[in-house]
Formats: sequence, C-alpha cells, structure tokens
Amino acid sequence: MKLISEKRELTSRLFRISAPLISILVALFVAGFLLMAAGVNPLLAYLEIFRESLGSVYGLSETLVKTTPLIFASLGVSLAFRMQIWNIGAEGQIYMGACGATAVALFSGIENHSLMITAMFLAAFLFGGLWGGVAGVLRARWQVNEVIVTLLMNYIAILGVDYLIYGPWKDPKGFNFPLTAQFSEAARLSEYFDTRFHSGFFLALFCALLMYLFMERTVWGYEIKVIGSNPKAARYAGMRTGLAIFAVLFLSGAVAGIAGFSEVAGLQHRLQHGLSPGYGYTAIIIAWLAKRSAFGVVIVSFLMGVLLVGGDSLQLSWQLPIAFVYAFQGLILFFLLASDFFIHNRLRLIRGGQHA
Amino acid sequence: MSNLLQIKNIRKTFPGVVALDTISLSIARGEIHTLLGENGAGKSTLMNVLTGLYRPDRGEILLDGVSIQLNSPRDSLAMGIGMVHQHFMLVSAHTVFENILLALEGVPNFYSRRTYRQKVQKVLDAFELDLDLDSPVWKLSIGAQQWIELIKLLVRDCRLLILDEPTAVLTPQESARLFQVLTRLRDQGKSILFISHKMREVMEISDRVTVLKKGRSLVSLSRGEYDESRLASLMIGEDQIPMWIKPACKYEQLALEIKNLSARNDRGLADLDNFNMKLYRGQILGVAGVAGNGQKALAEVLTGLKEASSGRILAEGRDITNSTARSSYIAGIAHIPEDRKSIGIAPDMTVGDNLIMKNFASRAFRRWIFQDRAAIRRNASAKINEFAIKAGPDGNPVRYLSGGNIQKVIIARELSEKPAVLVALYPTRGLDIGSAEYVHKVIIDGANQGMSTILISEDLDELLKLSDQIVVMFRGRLVGCVDPQATTREEIGLLMSGEVQS
Repeated sequence: MKLISEKRELTSRLFRISAPLISILVALFVAGFLLMAAGVNPLLAYLEIFRESLGSVYGLSETLVKTTPLIFASLGVSLAFRMQIWNIGAEGQIYMGACGATAVALFSGIENHSLMITAMFLAAFLFGGLWGGVAGVLRARWQVNEVIVTLLMNYIAILGVDYLIYGPWKDPKGFNFPLTAQFSEAARLSEYFDTRFHSGFFLALFCALLMYLFMERTVWGYEIKVIGSNPKAARYAGMRTGLAIFAVLFLSGAVAGIAGFSEVAGLQHRLQHGLSPGYGYTAIIIAWLAKRSAFGVVIVSFLMGVLLVGGDSLQLSWQLPIAFVYAFQGLILFFLLASDFFIHNRLRLIRGGQHA
Repeated sequence: MSNLLQIKNIRKTFPGVVALDTISLSIARGEIHTLLGENGAGKSTLMNVLTGLYRPDRGEILLDGVSIQLNSPRDSLAMGIGMVHQHFMLVSAHTVFENILLALEGVPNFYSRRTYRQKVQKVLDAFELDLDLDSPVWKLSIGAQQWIELIKLLVRDCRLLILDEPTAVLTPQESARLFQVLTRLRDQGKSILFISHKMREVMEISDRVTVLKKGRSLVSLSRGEYDESRLASLMIGEDQIPMWIKPACKYEQLALEIKNLSARNDRGLADLDNFNMKLYRGQILGVAGVAGNGQKALAEVLTGLKEASSGRILAEGRDITNSTARSSYIAGIAHIPEDRKSIGIAPDMTVGDNLIMKNFASRAFRRWIFQDRAAIRRNASAKINEFAIKAGPDGNPVRYLSGGNIQKVIIARELSEKPAVLVALYPTRGLDIGSAEYVHKVIIDGANQGMSTILISEDLDELLKLSDQIVVMFRGRLVGCVDPQATTREEIGLLMSGEVQS
C-alpha cells in the first residue's frame, strides 16, 4: 500500500473559496498545541483575542490602527504579484516612505496643514517608489532577481533610518532615545473618538478602491495582467515589458511607502526605531491570502489586525511572547500553501498487488 | 498476430468536456499502428492515458492480456511503453550519452562508463545511426535530437513506442530514414503507435489505422482496407472542406524587399546570413527548410522581435531596417508565431482579452485610460462567430481551448487590423485537417485582397498547394527558389539538406 498524489482536473468552487478559511482553522488548531505547551487554554486565548480586538471601541480602534499600514503595504505587494514580480521589500519601503515624510515634516517649515500633509504624502510616495524602483531597474535592464534585491534593501533602509535617528535627526530634547523630534500639529493626520484611530485608514480604503480600478479597469492594468500571464506573449504583442517591470516595482514600493507616511503622520508623529514591527513581511502573507483582489487585501488585513491586537493582549494576560503571533502567521501561510497543493492535487491510497 | 496492448472502452472526462468517450483498439506485436483524427478527437488524451499521465474514468488497458494500471510515466516505462514527445525532453547542456544514461533505470551511483557506452553504442550500430555520443545536445540538429529520444526508449527495451508527429521537424530525407528504422523495429517485433496528420505518410507506413472522432474510436482498418479519401472522409465526417480559388500573383507591386540581411543568435552564430528575398503584393511566398535554419530569425527580424546585425529591409521602397519608421511599419505586419502557446497567448486571460492583445491601446477599446469592456466583449463575440472559434463559456481562460482553437484566436487577432504583410510560422502545425483548411482559406482570402504572406512551413504539401513561389533556407541562407508548379518534392528536399544550390 502506498500514498500517491495525482493531479486534480476538477476543483469544486466551494473548496477553492473555502480553502483559505480552512487553512486558517487548521492553523488555529495547530497553534492550539503551542498555546497548550505554554500552559494556556487555547479556547480561552482565542476568545481573548477576539474580545480584545473587537469587543470594545478601544479594541476596534486599535485593530483598525494596525490594519491601516497593512492595507497599504499589502496593496503594494499584491500589485507586483499580479505581474509575477515578487516584491519582498515592503518593509524597507515602509521605512523609506516614513523617512521621506519625516524629512518634509521636520525640515520643510510648511505651516499650512493640507499643504504639509500633501507634501509629506508625496515625499513618502517618491521615497518608497524609488526604493522599489531600484529593484525594478536592476530587474528590467540586467535581469537581477528582484526577490534578492528587495529583500536586502530592507536592511539598508532599516539601518539607514536607524543611522538618522541615532545621529543627525535625533531629538536633542529626547533624553538620548533613538527618535526624532515630535511633528508639529500641521504634520499630523486627524484622529477620532479620542483614540489613536486616524484618517490614514480612510486613505487606505480609498487606495484599495483606486487599486481595484487600476487593475481591473484601466489599460495599464490589462497590460500588467498580460505580462503576468505570459511575458513572452506581451513582448510579442509589442508591450514594453522592461518599462512595465520598472513602473510596477516603483508603484509597488510607492504604495508601501504610503504606509510609512500614514504611520508617522497619523500615529507616531515622529520617526523612531522599530517604526514597523514587520508589517512589510506580514503584507506578503496578506497579499498571498487575498489572491488577486484589492478588496480581499482589505479584509485579510483586517483579520491580521485582529490577530496582532489580540496577540498583544495575550502578552499582557498570559505573558505569552509576541513571537506566538508570528508563529501563528507562519502557520497560516504554511497551511495556505498546503491548501494550494490540495486544490490542484488529491491524495489516493493505492493498495499493493497489481503494481509496486 | 497476437495483441500486445488492448484498450477497452476507455473513457476520460474533464470538467465539462468528454475528452475520450469510448475508445477501444488493440495493437499487435510487430505492427505500426497509426492514430488518425482531428484536433480534439482525443489523440493527445489517449497518449497521456497510455503514458500514465492521466487515469481513465472507466475502461481497461490490457498488456499481454493482463489488466494493468498506469499511475505515472514511470509505471508506463516499467511496462515497456515509451513515447517520443513532440517537444523533446532533453537536457540541452548535457551530452548525448548523458541524456541517454538519464533514461536508464538502475544505473548505480558509481557506474562503469564503458559498459554503458558499449550498451548504447550497440543500439546505435544496430540501426546504423551516426551520432556523436560526446556532443552536447544543443549542438545537434532537431532531427538528431529526435534520434536521441528514440534511442532512450530502445536502450530501455520498450516494447511499445509511441511517436507523436515525429516527422513534423524532419526533412523528407530524414523522414524516410526514420521510416526505415521504424519498419526495421517493427520487423523485430516492436509495436509502434504512430501519430501524424500527413496523409501521405500514413498511407506509406501504417499496417493498421484507427480513426478517432470526437473521443470515439470509429474504426480500425488494416492495410488494403483504406485509401486516402476513405480515411479523410472518416476523419472529417460530414464537415465540409471549404472551397477556394487561388489567384495567380501578378508580381507588380513590391511589398517587401530584403537585402543582404544578417542576424546573429545568442551564441554569436549567424541565424540569418546574407539573406535576400523579394515579396510582392498579394503574393504567397513559401519558405521551406528544416526547422532551425533561420526561418524563426527571419520572422523575428521582420516583426521587430530581433535586431538585424546588417543588411536592409525595404517596405514599398522605404528603408525600414532600423529606424523609427520600422516600428510603425511593423505594427502593420501580422505574425503567427511558431510556438503559439508560449508566445501567442496570455493563457490565464479570457478569449476576449487575448483578441485585443495587439491593439488594446487603440481608441476602439479604450476610453481615456479605461478599457471599454463593452467594446471588448462585442469584438470577442464578433471574432468568435467569424472564425468559428469554440471558445466555451464567457470568460473562459484561453488555455482551456484546444490547439486549433487557440490558433484561430491568434489568427483572428493578427488579421483584425487588415495587415499588409502576414508572417506565418508553421501556421497549421498540429492542426487537424478541418482547421488547417480554414487557415489556408484565410491566407488565400487575404492574398485576394492584396495581403502578402510569408508562409514558413515544414509541410511540403501545404507549401506546394498555397505558394506562388517557394524559397528554401539552409543555415540562414537562401539556397534556392523554385516554382511550385514545376518542382518536385525531391528537389526541395535536396535543397533543404543543403546539398545542392539552385
């Protein structure tokens, strides 16, 4: 007897749609053992996650605060995914976006609120875009693998920002902490309900809508899809694939860069060490989970926000390390990839006898 | 004669498609058995069942009278069923010997090179094949690469050899050589399952022919029971072959002139070497040659996918070799590529989206920066009707279509802008007779309206039937130019092999 896998020709629609949900459930199940090993009742822990992240105005606002940068970064990553370009550098692009926005906030001297916010936004867009664009040029002109370039450039961006806030940009009145001076009122997004919830969230939703229109309705979106589906055919049809690769990586980085803008202008009001706790990497998981849809990105980002906020509270109630949340994210991605396999293949048990 | 392999009532369905309905046939020891059928008749599916890639829903396969289960290509090979695919499965950087070694089961990690070399050499000698075992595969001609595939099966002692359109890439002389070997193999008791669209070959080599139609095995006929017209009518059935009249080219207006054109390939070798050619308005110029003698480079330079290294291209007298004028002119050249699946379509996108790939940015399908989805849909249904494309349900990705229908999608797209010049590479390769006739009709219709066609093909019958003039390419040069009315297959064959120049 042996177990073999074979290609499935037919996959039911139901299975295809429910596969991500099933993989999350299986991940919850397996993570339950991790929790038990830490001496925590998994059911209570999961209940706590949902209660803390959704059960109060404060919890919900915190969830949306975490959802916001995730939406931006995931939109950026998924845009590149559509063209079969793998942007692993959203984390670095977030830092660069934040860096650009901070430079404007600290040194431009603009006093008008809308002008200041617009300038910060554009700076973040540009900085993030250029950071992604470098990988774009390298890939388009010299076929340098964009995965490696974007990944390594994360370190450059994060350490570069560290240099600034430990050095030239350090707040002289900041008791030597690695952070810049606080932004002026003009450089802050509006906050609501006495919480940390800020208007960056609405910008993120608007951005998702734009991304949807861009991909599904415009001529450029069509071009990106053709190139993603078959780059040779695109070249043969006269499309300028090199330019498109650069443009997409630029745009991908730029949108991720907006996350940096939204974080410093809406939440932290300064540039500081550890500005993003890995949003850029979580974005890769989200983009994968959401498959191709901009709206999917919004929903999955929200779920991840729930998990992050709930995970924080686990730290407080049970002294669980935050690593648990990342382990859980890893499990989800793992089972999701596995579910992809099961969507396309099925296992069959073969009884021995007629052949070995 | 006893049966080696028996296939009984095989059925195989895919979502929404019955690929094989009921297929029954038997292959005797020591016979060459030909499978004949239109595209979509189920030949490829049946091959894939026999090589263990697909598992039938129903039915039975008997080998030596014993029911067998084929769960993977490995199983099939273990039972002595081997296949030479249309697309070779060779590691091109490795040598011939290494490639053959890969096919052998149970080679120990530290093997005796000499023993295995002798084993391979013995097979080569047995068939008087002249192959350099130490040459890397990429250096060899397509014909030689096909020999490697065949030898891989022979060293494994396969009892049933499946050959999927093996002559598509060969010169007439090479084909004749292959047939000699196949006949010899048959006489030694091997069974051969042969797939071809070329009626002449089928008539020449088959001991028995099984006609497939719409997933059913219609009938198996032994030699003597069939002739060409009987087979054709069985295969096509009641479908009408379109009739057309071919106009004689007037040779008045020059459409395209190529002077001393050279182009290099990635290894710096000449793909096109001092190539000269004239194309007139309304002319169908056939280009014959063994695959890999510069035909593809010619098409690519003309359509702007490749740069010329020297020489000139004149379009209606204007030099368009390397100027901006070229890109605008190129826009007016339609191109049916050689490899339709890998460069002709975006497989995950819909038929409608694929039909506008070349002119997606034109005003007809665009409003400002947005696509005009309604116009794209209208265009799709118009083209689907006009070219009789079996496109399946709305929004069906083009990769679900059969080869013939994918080709129709490409042709519909390429001809939609009323091009002045059509460059068609092997436009009917792998198509069934009905679809091929349709492609021919489109080319002739175009010629009637003044379109000039460069028809690159390996099918001499097709070239002889359509062309006003046939030029022959060898190693990137034009080695001959013949009148299809006055030439013979042998003459063209000799030119193709580079042995004579006319």
